[in-house]
Amino acid sequence: MIATVTSPRFLRAILPALSLAVLLALIFYLNPRTMSYVGLNLMLNLAIPIALATIAQLCVITVNDLDLSIGAYVGFVVCVAATYLHQTPALGVLVLGAGILVYAALGALIHLRNLPSIVVTLGMSFVWLGLAVLVLPTPGGKSPEWIAWLMKLKPAYIPFPIIAAAIIAAVAWFALMRTSYGSILRGSGGNPKAIERAGWSLLKTKVAMFALAGFFGVLSGLSLIGLTTSAQANVAERYTLYSIAGVILGGGDFVGGRVSPVGAVLGAITLTLSAPFLTFIHIPPDWQIGAQGAILIIVLALRAIIDRVERRR
Amino acid sequence: MSWLQRIFEKPWLWSFIAAFLVWLATIVFTRGQGGGELLTAALTFATFFVIVGIGQMFVITLGPGNVDLSIPATMTLAGSVAMKVMDTQDSMILIGLVVTIACGLAVGIFNYALILVLRIPPIIATLSSSFVILSTAIAYGRGLRIKPPPLLAEFTTVQVAGIPILAIVVTALAGAMGVVLHRTIYGRSVLAIGQSLRAARFAGIPVERIRFLTYVLSALLASLCGFLFSGFSGGSSLSMGEQYLLASIAVVVIGGTSVAGGSGNLPGLWGAALFLFLVQSMLNTYQLSAGLRYLATGLIIITVITAAGGQKTQR
Repeated sequence: MIATVTSPRFLRAILPALSLAVLLALIFYLNPRTMSYVGLNLMLNLAIPIALATIAQLCVITVNDLDLSIGAYVGFVVCVAATYLHQTPALGVLVLGAGILVYAALGALIHLRNLPSIVVTLGMSFVWLGLAVLVLPTPGGKSPEWIAWLMKLKPAYIPFPIIAAAIIAAVAWFALMRTSYGSILRGSGGNPKAIERAGWSLLKTKVAMFALAGFFGVLSGLSLIGLTTSAQANVAERYTLYSIAGVILGGGDFVGGRVSPVGAVLGAITLTLSAPFLTFIHIPPDWQIGAQGAILIIVLALRAIIDRVERRR
Repeated sequence: MSWLQRIFEKPWLWSFIAAFLVWLATIVFTRGQGGGELLTAALTFATFFVIVGIGQMFVITLGPGNVDLSIPATMTLAGSVAMKVMDTQDSMILIGLVVTIACGLAVGIFNYALILVLRIPPIIATLSSSFVILSTAIAYGRGLRIKPPPLLAEFTTVQVAGIPILAIVVTALAGAMGVVLHRTIYGRSVLAIGQSLRAARFAGIPVERIRFLTYVLSALLASLCGFLFSGFSGGSSLSMGEQYLLASIAVVVIGGTSVAGGSGNLPGLWGAALFLFLVQSMLNTYQLSAGLRYLATGLIIITVITAAGGQKTQR
């Protein structure tokens, strides 16, 4: 029993949950009033779009790429949702569908031309920002009623963000970790040559993962517009960093298709909670980004220690 | 005709051709007015792209996964610390330069420590460190804009016959770094590591030392760029590095350096840097709306990278 609990494998799996538990305990200790339905609801609301963006990033990271445009893309989705989807739903759905197609095309482009995903997605971040500004030149717009209704649900006992996070984690976990094509997708990040020799198309896996990223990006934008009252092109600027950090905190590796959807959702929640935590311990706003960077580095350091212990055995 | 053929095989040629075409497209629109001034401005701004581009190129040449995302934050840190230390005094410029170098050294060492000790990919290491670096700059500078010493401002803006002195100095620097890359043991080691990490290790190349030096070099050049750019633009600002995340990587890739690593290209940096600036000014000249400008910038960059990069498949 003790051997299992102290085994590096178990420690690595439990680290995201442990970091979240420690942070949550500290927040409850610092401000006991947060330990309530309303308090949790308030603190965790923004965790839903961040968790969805993190899953989108996780899809891209699984195939050894990095998406530096997800923040701009979520902003684009928010603007489309607040205008087209609100006024002419059919057109809105069409535009969002086109966005997912663009993502799929990017996957194909990156694979066929063997391009660095960082540069392509950095370029795309300008494209999405430009489109968002064209769709909505000045802040405004309105959320479609059904999204606002969904995001303001108040189920009994358990706050909505927690239920939503659990569903997101479960869906992503099942799709990636429990289906047979899911393991092919992960394998195409871990050992592309082997997957190719086994007769699977690497082009298809890359396109599938990028399309999935686009899909989760859409969900992230939709949930965000449900929470904010109006839209703005750069509303989700920071999501790029949040999503990458969420995957890291959740225990994902950046190469080799080793990812953890459940961990990523926990990582996204941890990241969301770090903002009120830093406020509660009176960290000046100047240092908040730095503190989030430091939290990342600390978690990575813990993981390096666990890995080292593992190698020694 | 073999010399012509050889010239056309140079990967850096295309970036200059692209830059020239964009310049042409701009002055055709203005009916030939301001073509010379535009070139001067392009040389001036491209200089800063080239400085960070050199460091980024050495890093990217180390092979897949190697990229320095902390360049914008490093620029901001060095710029704001140096401006505060110099406090507009000409006599303090040398000390400001020393402080700049110290900033670069500190960031480079910190970055590489993260890569080595935590065994995380350089992308993530430099991304995490950039948060900490940027916060330090914000907390230290408090967002105050301190003017540069007059002498530094003059050095970064003075021109001879429309050619900025700084551009000449940086051209010399790029030339020197070209020699370093192709003719020194250090440079050859960088190329060897980029071509095959394992082979380089077996050949007895001190891989970790070379990678360490390369990340320090990149941070040093980034802080130097922050120092000079603050001098040029009348003081440091917290957002001054923003543009340079995309720019530093784009000039390397558009300039014909292999993204897969193992082959660097210094002349191409100049062509690509001129191209990047000229694209921006072309879109400004056409008086497009902000949205269209962003859209066009992104599409042009992706198109050029698709055309320029990627031919060389990874081994």
